[in-house]
Amino acid sequence: MPSYRELLQQVKAEIDEVDVTEARELLAADDRPLVVDVRELDEWTEGRIPGAIHIPRGNLESRIEQAAPDRTRPILLYCAAGNRSAFAAKSLEELGYENVVSLAGGYTDWKRSGLPTELPRALDGEKRRRYSRHVLIPEVGEEGQLKLLDSRVLLLGAGGLGSPSALYLAAAGVGRIGIVDDDRVDASNLQRQVLHSTARLGEWKAESAKRTLEELNPDIEVVPYIERLTSENVERILADGWDVIVDGADNFPTRYLINDAAVWHDIPLVHGSIYRFEGQATVFKPGDGPCYRCLFPQPPPPELAPSCAEGGVLGVLPGIVGSLQASEALKLCLGIGEPLVGRLLLFDALATEFSEVTLRRDPACPVCGDSPTITEYVDYVEFCSGRPAHA
Amino acid sequence: MSRVRIPPQLRGEVGGAREVPAEGGTVRELLDDLMSRFPGLRPQLVEDEEIAPFVNVYVEGEDVRTLDGLDTSVENGSTVILLPAMAGGR
Repeated sequence: MPSYRELLQQVKAEIDEVDVTEARELLAADDRPLVVDVRELDEWTEGRIPGAIHIPRGNLESRIEQAAPDRTRPILLYCAAGNRSAFAAKSLEELGYENVVSLAGGYTDWKRSGLPTELPRALDGEKRRRYSRHVLIPEVGEEGQLKLLDSRVLLLGAGGLGSPSALYLAAAGVGRIGIVDDDRVDASNLQRQVLHSTARLGEWKAESAKRTLEELNPDIEVVPYIERLTSENVERILADGWDVIVDGADNFPTRYLINDAAVWHDIPLVHGSIYRFEGQATVFKPGDGPCYRCLFPQPPPPELAPSCAEGGVLGVLPGIVGSLQASEALKLCLGIGEPLVGRLLLFDALATEFSEVTLRRDPACPVCGDSPTITEYVDYVEFCSGRPAHA
Repeated sequence: MSRVRIPPQLRGEVGGAREVPAEGGTVRELLDDLMSRFPGLRPQLVEDEEIAPFVNVYVEGEDVRTLDGLDTSVENGSTVILLPAMAGGR
């Protein structure tokens, strides 16, 4: 039976090792290896080789295939002194990885040589608990959760659609949520606008939303804008910096205005709308699909476009459509999955039926087309009120 | 015969039906058939003899504006969706 030392020597004889100088050259090369830190979490959080990913030795075999599906990809493993990474290299060779090296001397030598290190950003214990169900999902993980905490999402409207999307975005830990709404909480809102409550009747919706969301999640910041989005204030509001916009507006002028602004600022716009039992959702991603004007070049004349205030809406419908918008917004923040770009999702609550139609960018679109004719904000109220000669 | 999905905003014009059968080998023929039976639909669907810019018509999930417009052919048994813009969010 070999001793630990004998086993280590035996393993080291069977794998390839590099010293700090060689490792540095490998990392500067074109075919840069994937750097995997196999130490424990408490060691990793105190510093790492820049760009390294963390897979503790104990989880290496189960997680490496996800991190490096291509077994020919070069991999550089390191631990504190080069022993655990030697065993790790042996395991990866047994799994069929062809190009694995272990850093002799490990992180200790790397750091002692004065080479650059970085402090990985990590969730503290409290956040790790709060977001544990996200961290467990491979597509999100700790990195993804940190990304969400850094994300900034602007919501238009703290009403039917805005309520569920704001609640789920806040719960998910989206770090900064802006809410544009110039309305006050009314009794007729409470059948569906679950951000607010009977006790908040008469309060500004944006303020009421801020209180609800910050009580749900103190990690996040909510920025209320108690104003209606207009051509005059849109640039100021967008200057605060947003990664994604969620459109839960209730009128055409705002929808055309935010569409144009999103195209010009290259910000993905998550669209949702509802009426009675039916809802629609899609994602307008500038440069990567159509915009709202490609879908509807002109708004309908007002007499043909009843609002929810006139036609009514099933209370839970915005819950479903607004949650879909939140899901799309989270995917966009994380950069994962297939967002609803170029697809309009239709939901019919009475029939319990989802259907989908294809949306295409219109090369003749006046805003996102090949030769745009609208390049600055117009009078959106006027554009939507009558029948302009051309749009 | 194709099945035409009527959006909630237009159901008042067709007696409340969610879906209405219509006949026609092209979108034009199909809409003509529909509007002859439900004349109230005409101003909501057509403008200057074209599909109105605030409504979309999808045949089997494709916007007919990206196909041949009113001349887009419609196979027997197709699903046609009429989709006017709607702004509601609250």
